[in-house]
Amino acid sequence: MCRTCVAIAGADYCVIAADTRMSTGYSILTRDYSKIIQLADKSVMASSGFQADVRALQKVLAARHLIYQHQHNKQMSCPAMAQLLSNTLYYKRFFPYYAFNVLGGLDSEGKGCVFTYDAVGSYERVGYSAQGSGSTLITPFLDNQLKSPSPLLLPAKDAVTPLSESEAIDLVKTCFASATERDIYTGDKLEILVLNASGIRREYMELRKD
Amino acid sequence: MLSKLADSTPAMPGLMLASAAGSDSQRTLYPYVTGTSVVGIKYKDGILLAADMGGSYGSTLRYKTVERMKPVGKHSIIGASGELSDFQEIMRYLDELILNDNMWDDGNSLGPKEVLNYLTRVMYNRRNKFNPLWNSLVLGGIKNGKKYLGTVSMIGVHYEDNHVATGFGNHLARPILRDEWHDDMTFEEGVKLLEKCMRVLLYRDRSAVNKLQFHSETLINVNDKLLLLSTAFEWLSKMPKFYTHKQIAKITEEGVTISQPYSLKTFWGFSAFQNPTVGAEGSW
Repeated sequence: MCRTCVAIAGADYCVIAADTRMSTGYSILTRDYSKIIQLADKSVMASSGFQADVRALQKVLAARHLIYQHQHNKQMSCPAMAQLLSNTLYYKRFFPYYAFNVLGGLDSEGKGCVFTYDAVGSYERVGYSAQGSGSTLITPFLDNQLKSPSPLLLPAKDAVTPLSESEAIDLVKTCFASATERDIYTGDKLEILVLNASGIRREYMELRKD
Repeated sequence: MLSKLADSTPAMPGLMLASAAGSDSQRTLYPYVTGTSVVGIKYKDGILLAADMGGSYGSTLRYKTVERMKPVGKHSIIGASGELSDFQEIMRYLDELILNDNMWDDGNSLGPKEVLNYLTRVMYNRRNKFNPLWNSLVLGGIKNGKKYLGTVSMIGVHYEDNHVATGFGNHLARPILRDEWHDDMTFEEGVKLLEKCMRVLLYRDRSAVNKLQFHSETLINVNDKLLLLSTAFEWLSKMPKFYTHKQIAKITEEGVTISQPYSLKTFWGFSAFQNPTVGAEGSW
């Protein structure tokens, strides 16, 4: 099982992060397993849950994206990938992929977008999200720091955070450092992917190994 | 009636029909003859795998000369724990895979990463059909100088690392490996480290037998191969009466070397074991 992932959308960037621990029961299988996959130019998915299902899901999406590229001669946009992921998950509604995903990237206007999913495909575009065992520890903290506007407001207020890219990265690092303290399944190493107009960048941070 | 059952529970109609027709005998429900842990590490020149040669039938240590590690193609070694008949089935799948690969005759051959990927798909698909191959597999190899060591379980969970183990090895051997494994170990250091792990497993895993096999995949020259064999014979000659078989096999870019079986030296002479009843009057 892979355990915790987080994504935060900014005005012109998106930060997606996940720890690299893979565990089963009370044992750690490996400390260096990446849960993040880049599906398209501007779409990155991080998944927690049952590793074999996550891997199968990643392969299905990657194959579908390749076919899309052959048919349309362009990369899939992030919102398009979001819909594809939802449909792929619901396709197995009665024998689900045990995968809890966050999809992050840049939409066609270059603004950061984050989509959050449950195991059977219900999804929503949000300003930030956490999934997996650490999500219960991280989400309240993000709610407090990012002051997400109420979804009931009319006109709808943009949920994308006004934080700068480096502030968002620091926030993510703080989230994981805290989650690692109290969640046994989170730890070892943090992998952070940052998507912005100039491309994609990877960063790592050591976490507690206990 | 059967079709009505299928309609009312759309979740798994195939499963309902299968059970209703009494064909649970067509699926794996539990393992019968099993092998215990396999441990593998990367070292300077390649990969080393170790496993004992035992096949247990429940709590009986029924078979003591079971080869649980086999070479696969030109570049890899597979080690399996769990149901041995399923391992034999997996070897049949792999033979077919390698045969087809050879029939292309295109100068390319499947490396360890490709073979493990194939096995992962096989294990995952069988799990999805509720008819798993009840094995945990370790696959190591070296192709074009690149070392690879990975593992896949019966439900399709797979990962690669510098050291892997199945079953009890995850609990007993991995901590030792996490502490003492380092990059670029020599062959001798690697064997010593694996022996340490296998000794702990022998002491503490009830299904382990003191008859081990080592497989190694390395990039070294022929002289070292000879050295390996002679070392194995040396160990063999020093073996005490209660022999145990350990085999060391080495796979290099040049080929597979499998040593003769030999055993581990164990120590049981702790004073607390010598006269256990001496402090307990009336005990026997």
